[in-house]
Amino acid sequence: MDEIIPSIGQPVFPDKILNRDQKLLQWISSVDHKQIGIMYLLLALLFLVTGGGEAILMRTQLAVPNNHFLSPETYNQIFTMHGTTMVFLVAMPAIFGFGNYMIPLMIGANDMAFPRLNAFSFWMTFFGGGLLYFSFLAGGGPDAGWFNYAPLNEYNYSSRPGVDYFAIGLLVAGIGSVGGSINFIVTILNYRAKGMKLNQVPLFVWMVFVDSFLILAAFPCLNAALAMIEMDRQFHAHFFNSASGGSALLWQHLFWLFGHPEVYVAILPSFGIFSEVFQTFSRKPIFSYAILAASTVAIAMLSFGVWVHHMFAVGFGNTVNGFFGVASMLIAIPTGIKVFSWMATLYGGSIRFSVPMLFGIAFLIQFTFGGLTGVLFAIVPIDWQLTDTYFVVAHFHYMFVGGAVFGLFAGLFYWFPKITGKMLDEKLGKWFFWLFTIGFNTTFLIQHVLGLIGMPRRVWTYPDLPGFGTMNFIATIGAFLMGIAALVLVVAIVKSLRKGVVAGRDPWDAVTLEWYCDPASGRKNFDKIPLVKSRRPLWDMKHPENPDWKNSRS
Amino acid sequence: MRMLVILLQSVLHSASVQSKEINRLFGQFTIAAVLLLLFVSVLIIYICIRFRERPGNPFPEQIGKNNRLEWLMFLFPVVTIAILLTATIRTINIVMKPAQGKPDVIITGHQWWWEVYYPATGVTAANEFHMPVNKNLLIEFHSADVVHDWWVPEFGNKMDVVPGRNNYIWLNITNAGNYIGACSEFCGAEHAWMRIKVFAEDERAYNAWQDANKKTANMPSDELAMRGMLIFQSRSCGSCHRISGTPSAASVGPDLSHLFSRTTMLSGMMPMNEDNLQAWITDPQMVKPDSKMPDFIFAKDSVDAIVHYLTQLK
Repeated sequence: MDEIIPSIGQPVFPDKILNRDQKLLQWISSVDHKQIGIMYLLLALLFLVTGGGEAILMRTQLAVPNNHFLSPETYNQIFTMHGTTMVFLVAMPAIFGFGNYMIPLMIGANDMAFPRLNAFSFWMTFFGGGLLYFSFLAGGGPDAGWFNYAPLNEYNYSSRPGVDYFAIGLLVAGIGSVGGSINFIVTILNYRAKGMKLNQVPLFVWMVFVDSFLILAAFPCLNAALAMIEMDRQFHAHFFNSASGGSALLWQHLFWLFGHPEVYVAILPSFGIFSEVFQTFSRKPIFSYAILAASTVAIAMLSFGVWVHHMFAVGFGNTVNGFFGVASMLIAIPTGIKVFSWMATLYGGSIRFSVPMLFGIAFLIQFTFGGLTGVLFAIVPIDWQLTDTYFVVAHFHYMFVGGAVFGLFAGLFYWFPKITGKMLDEKLGKWFFWLFTIGFNTTFLIQHVLGLIGMPRRVWTYPDLPGFGTMNFIATIGAFLMGIAALVLVVAIVKSLRKGVVAGRDPWDAVTLEWYCDPASGRKNFDKIPLVKSRRPLWDMKHPENPDWKNSRS
Repeated sequence: MRMLVILLQSVLHSASVQSKEINRLFGQFTIAAVLLLLFVSVLIIYICIRFRERPGNPFPEQIGKNNRLEWLMFLFPVVTIAILLTATIRTINIVMKPAQGKPDVIITGHQWWWEVYYPATGVTAANEFHMPVNKNLLIEFHSADVVHDWWVPEFGNKMDVVPGRNNYIWLNITNAGNYIGACSEFCGAEHAWMRIKVFAEDERAYNAWQDANKKTANMPSDELAMRGMLIFQSRSCGSCHRISGTPSAASVGPDLSHLFSRTTMLSGMMPMNEDNLQAWITDPQMVKPDSKMPDFIFAKDSVDAIVHYLTQLK
């Protein structure tokens, strides 16, 4: 018989004391992990719409050759902000949003370890994003690309204040990310339910746990680089100015030592979300949990030894390039293992094609494809041919959108009933899925070809060479399809919030603890929870005849 | 269909020893990758059909482990990587041999145009590159400002043009013809219009071009051109540009000594002709916004004279 014990970590809830609703003030002053999680998610949604709008502007400019819809200055600011927004203000807040809301629930805790640090982290991210966008009112946005290469980011070449706002804005938002990841680590280490070992937490928790270490190790490199470029720009230091003894490549080293781990920061939580989705919607335990967790740790370690594959064309010798080529290829091993694990999870299951699962299937194929084109960039000579072309643009959108963002959408549909108590409209959801998936592949599949035939990335326009116009036009059509899909999603969310089907406690017949907590329980998550004895505590409760802790093959 | 033809032509078209090596590796990898992608996709589709939830299905067995399968999952990528690795190292060493001797061509990237200098003959040109075929060329890259990148797809590997670093590549062009490339590292506002045009020629044509460009620039042949030259020399055009045989000798902007022998202007932005020159000199910032060419606000007859003079610089 299951043992029911009081849950741990019981903070004092302001609203419980005040016992009245303070409306907006309650949100602004909140230290509750669920409210902060929702605020993070709303922030991500706001910037997703902004960054998506920027993408639509770019694709409109590129629809036909020699177009003058946008000026080069405007285009350069928009593509810089598109990348910066999507990485720092969409992917990161969305991850922190789901992490904040779900992790305490999944490990049976009542809140994050440091509720005030949690609120502080959110507001730093919020104001960092605000600073970044304030640049448009202060004389022009940053215009040197999201990787902001030296010496183009120096005052001589970018005299508008955009790059200053970029540096300060990201420093501020970065403090939020570091604070948030410390909070995740401490929470996961100390606030797990009684009996839940570290190798029994749901894989989403594992992924965010590893993610947090990645953030802690990677952000200092970025922060150092940002501080140095500000010194160069404002106090005439010479870190990156080769004319006065600095090194342009130093910036690239520092940036990519942060930048490559950052792409794993963006995608690991989606691996976690899909692991939850696959096991729930195939009604089977995840296949080889231990390997999925260990391969994530391997990816995290390797990610700090591969940054030079972004720099194969800067003119290093064959030894350096060869070393980093090998290191980069090694990443394919733990990543390939993951894809096989997920497929093995589905194999022999009883698969329900709800919207999160649809995103999961599309993810598996797109991620395999993006992974294979990724290996191309580890093969140094092929990288020399393909780097800095539209092939790269296509490749990393397959990873960022086809991988990470598909995961976040799956998470949205999977956890929407948990967060709001209503189901996210299934019919509109399927419309959204198909429109978005078709639009996404229309846009980016063809860009591989554009890169192969010679279109460099980050060009505000291009000459009318054979094939260029047609292929770019197709890509633009795809972008508009994704735009329409986004509108369908917004309609689906609004409609479901207003008159969606009431979800109940466990709408997906899931196996993890977040679905054990009663949605009507208010700010406090758990009064009592069962003693955790396996990786699927909720399964054990629902199937006392065949619990995991008695099944040696699960 | 037409697109497929274009694709095949450009991807499989190697015009240099270096790109043949790279494209062979690319072709081999692509075949392997397509097979792997097909395998995964077909398996996923099979799983989706075979294991979809149907009424009357037995409840799935709760299996989450299988040692043998886990080993297979691990070994498969390991073996694949080992093969790729050896192919990579072999190709790098063929394409990027150590630099030996003096460079045959020195290319300098500027915001937003290319300067090309041939040390053997002392010829300087801009944006359009004449190169001999079937010769091992050592090309050295300098940057005058920010990071640029040399890339002609048919020639294979690109190379960043980094300030404070003299990078090089070896290039052995195998097929004569005209090739189009572009700066491939974001270098500021007009990055899009920093295009490359290469004329790969047999030795005779190449030497003829060198000889024509070794000569000092033509002197004006009529009164209007004379006036154009005087305006050019007196109105600070020479602070940035060079015209050989005249006092103008700067290298901030492109060398104009043989300007009108080029087929395009403004780094591949438009064809070289009188109308385009006229528009450019009348209002440079309108034609190529943010370029370093200032707006001199010349009267129309002055523009006419300058353009007329420039068209004689063949």
